[in-house]
Amino acid sequence: MEFDNNWLLSVMTFVPLVGAAIVMAIPKAEEELIKWAALITSLVAAGLGVFLLTDFNYDNAGELQYVADAQWISVINSRYIIGVDGIALPMIALTLLVVPLCIIYTMGHFPEPRNPKALLSLILILETGMLGTFIAQDLILFFVFFEVVLLPMFFMIAVWGGDDRRYASLKFFLYTMFGSALMLVSFLAMYFLADGTIVGDEANTFSMIALSDGATVGIARTSQLWIFAGMFVGFGVKVPMFPFHTWLPDAHTQAPTVGSVILAAVLLKLGTYGFIRIAIPMLPEAAAAWAPFIGLLAVIGIIYGALGCLAQTDMKRLIAFSSVAHMGFVMLGISTLTDFGINAAVFGMVAHGLITGMLFFIAGSVKDRYHTLDMARLGGLLISAPRMGWILGFCAMASLGLPGLAGFWGEFPAILASYNPAAILPEATFRGYMVVAALGTVLAAGYLLWMLQKTAMGTPKDEFVDNPEITDVKTYEWIAWAPLLALILALGLYPKPLFSTTDDAVVKSLQVNVMDDVPDCLNLDTDQGEACFDDLREQFEAAG
Amino acid sequence: MLNILAQPPTDAIPTPDVAWSGLMPLLILSGGAVLLLTIVSLAKDFIPRWFTPIYTVLIGIATGVAAIPLWLRVTDTPSAADPNNGPFATLDSSFGVDGFSVFFTMLFAAVVVLVALLANDYLRREDIDGPEFYVLMMLSASGGIVMASANDLIVMFLGLEILSIAVYVMAAMHSRRIESQEAGMKYFVLGALSSAVFLYGIALTYGATGSTNLVEIREFLSNVILLNDALLLAGFALLLVGFGFKVAAVPFHSWTPDVYQGAPTPVVGFMASAVKAAAFAGMLRVFWLTFGSYRTDWQPVIYGLAIATLLVGSFVAIVQTDVKRMLAYSSISHAGYLLVGVQAATNEGTATVLFYLAAYAFMVIGSFTVITLATGPGDAKTSLTDIAGLARTRPVLGIALTVFLLGQAGVPFTSGFFAKFYVISAAADANSYGLAIVAMLAAVVAAFLYLRIMMAIWLDGDEVADPTELAAAKAGIPVPWGAAVVLVVTVGFTLVFGLWPEPMIEMARDAVPALAIG
Repeated sequence: MEFDNNWLLSVMTFVPLVGAAIVMAIPKAEEELIKWAALITSLVAAGLGVFLLTDFNYDNAGELQYVADAQWISVINSRYIIGVDGIALPMIALTLLVVPLCIIYTMGHFPEPRNPKALLSLILILETGMLGTFIAQDLILFFVFFEVVLLPMFFMIAVWGGDDRRYASLKFFLYTMFGSALMLVSFLAMYFLADGTIVGDEANTFSMIALSDGATVGIARTSQLWIFAGMFVGFGVKVPMFPFHTWLPDAHTQAPTVGSVILAAVLLKLGTYGFIRIAIPMLPEAAAAWAPFIGLLAVIGIIYGALGCLAQTDMKRLIAFSSVAHMGFVMLGISTLTDFGINAAVFGMVAHGLITGMLFFIAGSVKDRYHTLDMARLGGLLISAPRMGWILGFCAMASLGLPGLAGFWGEFPAILASYNPAAILPEATFRGYMVVAALGTVLAAGYLLWMLQKTAMGTPKDEFVDNPEITDVKTYEWIAWAPLLALILALGLYPKPLFSTTDDAVVKSLQVNVMDDVPDCLNLDTDQGEACFDDLREQFEAAG
Repeated sequence: MLNILAQPPTDAIPTPDVAWSGLMPLLILSGGAVLLLTIVSLAKDFIPRWFTPIYTVLIGIATGVAAIPLWLRVTDTPSAADPNNGPFATLDSSFGVDGFSVFFTMLFAAVVVLVALLANDYLRREDIDGPEFYVLMMLSASGGIVMASANDLIVMFLGLEILSIAVYVMAAMHSRRIESQEAGMKYFVLGALSSAVFLYGIALTYGATGSTNLVEIREFLSNVILLNDALLLAGFALLLVGFGFKVAAVPFHSWTPDVYQGAPTPVVGFMASAVKAAAFAGMLRVFWLTFGSYRTDWQPVIYGLAIATLLVGSFVAIVQTDVKRMLAYSSISHAGYLLVGVQAATNEGTATVLFYLAAYAFMVIGSFTVITLATGPGDAKTSLTDIAGLARTRPVLGIALTVFLLGQAGVPFTSGFFAKFYVISAAADANSYGLAIVAMLAAVVAAFLYLRIMMAIWLDGDEVADPTELAAAKAGIPVPWGAAVVLVVTVGFTLVFGLWPEPMIEMARDAVPALAIG
């Protein structure tokens, strides 16, 4: 089919927003209509996503496709640039998959205090924000969408959350805003310091294409390091990386089930996506300087997250801490600055989205039935609700990285990549990280099996024996879960399609591509690599 | 005899040329105020009560409309067909008409219209109805126009006093409330002191440069190297104190919370928008435009003021429990952002300040409109618990207030986001990265304040969840038509310029100040 596809992404992104407006316009009493309107909207967006997946040119996945470039705020040369490549595509697909499933799940069971109209419109606004972040190719556009995501999530936690929802929602909002505050200064610094004329743009530009293609090459090393630091905080909070992670357990524990699922499946990916899409391609030199530190925080996150899990008594909080650990593997893959590691990271992002999203679904369903997530009181899920117990077991296996399930392909290659990081990075350090990360997988097996033992094994506690509320998986739950379970298995057995989609784009994002000669500074020894970047700068200055 | 009379006097007092067209908006506004006063004093019994607010709105609109041809003229470049295009000055170079002053004129006109619409219902509700409020507001706004147009320090001072004295009275207008009187008194005593300091600053600057005319001062400063500039710097300092007081910059801010809390709410809306804008207009005119060649001397001071203002405004706001006081501290932290733009000392920085002021004026008037309606008669119920659950009892007000609070917090898709973004970009452009980072971090702290109010109106107030009480609450504070118009305009402005700020940014960039001789 041949037609001008420039608007495909825009329509896909803004359909949920229109749907949110429609949902808000429907009177509160028409609850069924509201639910169906929201579901249909998300399915329309997903349908466009399916079309995108089939129409996408996989042979050219390294290049941005469906690019649109329109004027937005011309006085600061910020434009409405959108596009999709092999890195963004899986993220978009993940978002478009998870949101309808969440809506189906909510339709079956509404968290208190109900108000479907508000909750569903928030989910749809959230979807627009998430999709917009993945398609944006202009830093201001990216930032706007990145921030838009905050508010619906804030309200979701604050209104439908657990007992401690206020604290959790405020912490979530302020933490993330703190990160993005510094990020915005970094974006501005790049805007003023980079020179877009090198790649044929205007001198001051927010275009992510121009900035990744080498407009930043002339920025002095110290400035690059500072700019990267600002972005590091912004994205690192969102990931979350080790010292900035404390909002995550609170937000996850207090959020309603769908909130936790979206948070785990997509929101955390905004941070790692930012590293892959913005921080590293735009500032490879600074990335190389920061990578050992990022790797260190990543492995601390892996171990700390795992130990944190072992200290939990609340099932949902345990899963939240496991996210810290899993995102640590993703960040470790990214910090190697190799195509191998970053491919693993993207795979890990998708896998973590599916698996942890699924775990939060189960935790939500357990909470609905038992009205508690205290693992000391749970137990015997395999007896009370055998199917759910098996699904929990399946997801726990996937999460700990059992080969044949999706989790394996996120963790194992990331560990492997740190054996052989980019040549500019200190090899011995990363091999040390590899050993620690490998220990982390053992701990992961430990805490997940421990959780499984506490919740699924054994016999039900007296208080829950013959409780009519404790039923097995219901229809709406099957509908919401089946696609995720199938994908976890499918990607685990046959990971190649996803790897081959991302590979070209990842390779391209690591190239320092200026003035048509492609010096691979990242693949030189530490000293030579730095000299190579200096050399580039001099060449650039000589060329004027 | 007749011959002698026919001869012109030889030593007549020279009167300067007057370009009436340039003064038109000012004349309409101030003349309209005086005329209203005359009409109502002569025909008090024959004037229906709707006349005064409608009259004020029409005068405000007329002022704005009169400014449009001026805007087109001064932002154009002189050409063969229209040699008069471009900025000009009149009244012996003491009154400048440039994009900058016309921009502010239009802003003040908009503020007058909005606050008049809001005050209409408020004054009736509080039983303090009468033309005085409208007269004083128009006079105060015309003082603002004078400040934004002043090409002479004496004229600037005149504008400042016209602006301030009217506002002192307005703050104390709710004469039955002791808090309002206290606010008026505090504002007056401290304001008078700051005016005196300002005047002293003018005197010292005159002593150092030999003129009070901004054009001449600028010429003098760029042509003469002062061997001893102590007198001049002292003048700078005192002038800055005067402006700093009016914009509520730390450490000259201490009046703000008390006055904002005590003064009638629509007056607070006027103070936060018009008075702040006028003071920033004066500050930019005097410091950036006139003392531009000495920027290395005053920039660091404004840098320090900006940091102090940002930090105090956002941190102290955390512990407040009264909504009006919270918004007072928020207005202090906004002054901090505006100072960030001033500190940049570039044309771009000036444009960011103008954009910010316009965006903020609409947001803050909108916020105080909601507060006026939500707090009910007597202005007394302004604590956070009093407005708890507002979004559930009055969804329209709740949503509107949420938009304004998000705008003030700088969340994307509101004009407040671009306002903040734009001043930060000016700071980055001027290489003040430290200031940019402090400003952004202060924004995070300030966000806590806005979130607290939002949480109160959306999540708290379970005690009014009783349906009968809910219905009573709904019936209790209807949205009068005037306030409804204000809310529609301000919400619209905040959202439209949040999605597409381009036209407003263009305008702010066209509104560069110029010192013309004429």
